Amino acid sequence: MREQQRPVLSARGLVKTYGAVVAIDGVDLDLYAGEVLAVIGDNGAGKSTLIKCLTGAEVPDVGTIRVDGNEVRFRRPQDAQEVGIETVYQQLSLAPALDIASNVFLGRERRRPGILGSVFRMLDHAGMRKEAAEKVDSLGIRTLQDITQVVETLSGGQRQAVAVARATAFGSRVVVLDEPTAALGVRETSQVLDVIRELKARGLGVILISHNMPNVFEVADRIQIQRLGRRAGVITPESHTPAEAVAIMTGAVTVDDEEETGDEA
Amino acid sequence: MTHTVQQTAAEAFRSRPLTPLQRVQRVLHRHPAISPLVVLIGAVIVFALINDRFLQPANLSLILQQVSIIGALAVGQTLIVLTAGIDLSVGAIMIFVAMVMGTLAGEAGVPGVLAFLVGMVVGALAGLLNGVLVSVWKLPPFIVTLGTLGIFTALALLMSGGRAIRGDQLGGFLTWTSTTFAVGPFQLTVGVVLVLVLYAVGAYALSQTAWGRHVYAVGDDPAAARLAGIRTTRVLLSVYITAGVIFALSAWVLIGRVGAATTNSAVDANLDSITAVVIGGTSLFGGRGGLIGTLIGALIVGVFRNGLALARVDVLWQTLAIGVLIIAAVSLDQWIRRAGAQR
Repeated sequence: MREQQRPVLSARGLVKTYGAVVAIDGVDLDLYAGEVLAVIGDNGAGKSTLIKCLTGAEVPDVGTIRVDGNEVRFRRPQDAQEVGIETVYQQLSLAPALDIASNVFLGRERRRPGILGSVFRMLDHAGMRKEAAEKVDSLGIRTLQDITQVVETLSGGQRQAVAVARATAFGSRVVVLDEPTAALGVRETSQVLDVIRELKARGLGVILISHNMPNVFEVADRIQIQRLGRRAGVITPESHTPAEAVAIMTGAVTVDDEEETGDEA
Repeated sequence: MTHTVQQTAAEAFRSRPLTPLQRVQRVLHRHPAISPLVVLIGAVIVFALINDRFLQPANLSLILQQVSIIGALAVGQTLIVLTAGIDLSVGAIMIFVAMVMGTLAGEAGVPGVLAFLVGMVVGALAGLLNGVLVSVWKLPPFIVTLGTLGIFTALALLMSGGRAIRGDQLGGFLTWTSTTFAVGPFQLTVGVVLVLVLYAVGAYALSQTAWGRHVYAVGDDPAAARLAGIRTTRVLLSVYITAGVIFALSAWVLIGRVGAATTNSAVDANLDSITAVVIGGTSLFGGRGGLIGTLIGALIVGVFRNGLALARVDVLWQTLAIGVLIIAAVSLDQWIRRAGAQR
């Protein structure tokens, strides 16, 4: 079935180097609508760089990215946001001195209707607060109560919740989550996993980067394993066990990359 | 930045009752304009007790006129400091623009309005130059504006050739800012009103528009702001250009206040504008503070200078007092910022 479908987001032959350091070395990736693709790999396997290239935070040196089959060139995170790709970065993209509502709407503030908004550019503070509160509430993260709280007064987990709320609220095609549960407790983690399932049910593509094998195997449809800047293979939770995935990750076992595609340059 | 696992013992520690001092710290962290306001009120009370002429409307009006130039420059300076930058060239740009306006109107015979508009464009271009060097070339603002300080100071001197252009040569429009009118017992000038309007418009833009949010976000954490989808380069450029326009408006206020276009006035304005911003509670690390604080900070500088002069304190002691204030303000800022790091 997958064969006939066109990936919502696909990358071919992505290379990104930082001076002498080769972060990713010709990586392919396919993400289909309505699926959760987990990306796992050891430290330095190039997961975060791959995600940054896919979301406009970094410009790859070589390689092509397609969204719904159309080639795109992301030069900044906004370019990716404009085609409906939202990201929770590991180093959270929040402004510490602004409150939760301002952060949820950061970069796409809403203006008041009428002349106040069009001529005087006045922000719709009340509307944004209300909507931000709804988005955060729908995540079910109970520890966030006051939407006007300044982000720097929040704990690491609460900040992560704000970032997840923002990404899930605005993602219309793809949501990318880089270690979204790293600072979360057990309860909050399961809430985020619920959110991921809901995004999938809404037909969005989800990329999940995580070190947490139980989480990955619980929620992912397919698992892409990165090793030393390359794609070591793509497996499914049905075809492999977590132990086998770790073995591939560390290079103890190799698999044929079944999804190896020949259409790269 | 606590990423610790929630533990009951740790939770108990974190939810411990606050000491009164921590409460004060918390409130000041939320409202950075409170501490300068306390200083301002305290200074006014002390100076009023020392000399009963201090509180007379004529003297208060004089203070407003005395701080109008620094106050105007400090609006632009605040915008730049909020982005974690600093501008050492503010006074030089102002004097250069004043000389451009004055030379055009006074010597080339260009109509005052046109000379004013050319001056505004020159101010914007000067800001653009600083902005491009800071945001596109990614040079440190301190060094960039140290360089442009020299450039614009020299250009102003070259242009003037050491001469001042008297007010009567400038025409009515350029000296309009010196026009006085009475509001109750107070004598205000058009320049003072213009500066107050600048504060009102600036404070509105910072608190009520998306641009304002972006200025804070870029100053706070530029990398995070970029990831959040803010065009950080564009925001920085807009800040420096806006500041340049404000410095050009300051030149208009300066011409009115001095009654001439000259390179010999307001030479301390550079550092005094930074002083007003810092005393006003805007953090030099960016992302924190605002124009209400800066207005209070500028008034503190004016009140101190005026009050100490009325108390017949030597001008050197005034400078020393302002120096102590700066260090106190920066220390207070650091102490308050620690409240943000905790919890």
